[in-house]
Amino acid sequence: MTLLKSAKPALAEAAAGAGTAVGKAKAEPDAQLGRRTMWGPAFALPHGLGLAFFTLLPIVVSLVISLFNWPLLGTPKFLGFENYLRLFNDPIFGQVVRNTVLFVILYVPLNLVVSLGLAAWLTPRIKGRHIFRVIFFIPSITPVVANVVVWRMLYQPGGFIDGTLQSATGVSAPNFLGDEHWAMMAIVVMSVWQGFGYNMLVFSAALDAVPENLTEAAAIDGANAWTIFWRIKLKLISPSIFFGTMMTLITSFQVFAQPFILTKGGPGSATSTIVLYIYNQGFQFHQLGLASAAAWILFVIILGVTAVQFLGQRKWVHYDA
Amino acid sequence: MLETTSRARPVAGARPVTRKPAKIRPAIGYVILCLIALLFLSPLIYMFATSLKPPAEIFSVPPKLIGSEFRWQNYQEALNYMPFLKFMGNGLLVSAAGTALTLAVSAFSGYAFSRQRWRGRNLVFMVFLATLMIPQEVLIVPMFVMMQKVGWVNTFQSLIVPWAFTAFGAFLLRQFFLGVPQELDDAARVDGAGTLRTFLLVMLPLARPTMAVLAVFSFISYWNSFLWPLVVINDVNNLGTIPLGLQMFFGQQGNQWHLVMAASVISMAPTLLLLILLQKHLVKGIVTSGLGGR
Repeated sequence: MTLLKSAKPALAEAAAGAGTAVGKAKAEPDAQLGRRTMWGPAFALPHGLGLAFFTLLPIVVSLVISLFNWPLLGTPKFLGFENYLRLFNDPIFGQVVRNTVLFVILYVPLNLVVSLGLAAWLTPRIKGRHIFRVIFFIPSITPVVANVVVWRMLYQPGGFIDGTLQSATGVSAPNFLGDEHWAMMAIVVMSVWQGFGYNMLVFSAALDAVPENLTEAAAIDGANAWTIFWRIKLKLISPSIFFGTMMTLITSFQVFAQPFILTKGGPGSATSTIVLYIYNQGFQFHQLGLASAAAWILFVIILGVTAVQFLGQRKWVHYDA
Repeated sequence: MLETTSRARPVAGARPVTRKPAKIRPAIGYVILCLIALLFLSPLIYMFATSLKPPAEIFSVPPKLIGSEFRWQNYQEALNYMPFLKFMGNGLLVSAAGTALTLAVSAFSGYAFSRQRWRGRNLVFMVFLATLMIPQEVLIVPMFVMMQKVGWVNTFQSLIVPWAFTAFGAFLLRQFFLGVPQELDDAARVDGAGTLRTFLLVMLPLARPTMAVLAVFSFISYWNSFLWPLVVINDVNNLGTIPLGLQMFFGQQGNQWHLVMAASVISMAPTLLLLILLQKHLVKGIVTSGLGGR
């Protein structure tokens, strides 16, 4: 079992147990760590100050800015909650939030299914599995902008997909990026292609760590590979799946470069997302107050979703396998 | 990583009873897997193929992988339109400086959170962990205003400094230091080394592999960063990085697909090289932390 524990993403452990990692450190005999000195705080200070100044302070500043009419240049004017009221009553912002949620609902399950499926497929028995793993990981580390630009060409009328379809069937493909029924799906497909590599690697490592004796015992009892996967392996790697789901959810709410380059949020505002809205309001229309309010709404949505995840995990995540 | 792989490998003879078509089925599966990998790679293959085509042959029906000639001058033309080599230099400078800063602060804090006792340590570490939940995208507006106040808009330091303090680094190194045997500290102390010397001369060299993992992730996330440079850099020609340059190039030459694809290949090449050279570190980093550069 220690084997399994070691393969569980350590951060998941730390985060999910809301302090298990810290608790573990506490359990170490204090005598071993020597006496208390000022070195500890001194060592942590540079990082701590940086984090305070560049992460905690901006969160507070963001809240302050959101209460103002804050132009890019010029004097801010206090508004109170007017920016928030404006956003809640703005049909465009409503659509932007719905688009983002739609993206998340489509993207996250697809990402998980593909990454889990391939992780399960790439067992240690597969020859050259590390080559496959590296291949599927490529777009996760090449610049997002480059990935998106390439897909812009694939989706283009007359581009790779359209051209292939035309020559194979004589029918031209829909205009993926110009048709509001297709545009979001096109962005989702591109994003899954680009993004499932991380989860695949994490799941793959977790599956490797499932003890052989458990699966063999099940096989002797007559369970087939399918049952073993669903009943045993999936359960044992549930902490990794939980962690992967959480990270994928958080990052997917922040989707920006794909709609920014593929569609500019169009057609109409069919693919505009919250971060795209923040960027446009803040740095195209110079309304930093409104952009900050939108950012805070995004932050609260992400916190809410994360909290729901944590509450829900008890039902399906097994930490003590 | 490697260790777990080898342990999980089935022992010969311990395999479950195999059915008759056992030899054919894996072969078919393997072929399908290869096809999937090929399909997965096809956008990149197509990108490379297009980057070498003459402009008139790009939208041929049926699409052809290879044009009438290999037009290497597409790359030269792309480089003439936009100083990609300069963008690479800028990216290298920003990423290296950012990575160095990240490593420096994270090594100290990771050590403080694992091998030193001090009041409030666990609480401070929890705060560190909590900051991982704050998305960068939420911070760009206030960060921009702060950069305005200190006069850093349109500078390299605005690209480098704000993102060097991610708690991921402290977390990764803390995990490593927790596993180092206490005897090493004791031995160093017996030899008369103080805290600082023990850390710098004994602990830090041990942490080299973990530092390498952190360095790779830090470098890649600086290199690929897009939204923040888009916001804070106005003078793309002089201060631009690869993603920014490619985006601008696409905006100007968007219909010159042969050039755009050549520029995309140029943009991807350094990270691809890094992936091929450092795949072990990358995989290890993701597997041990579950986080990577996300």
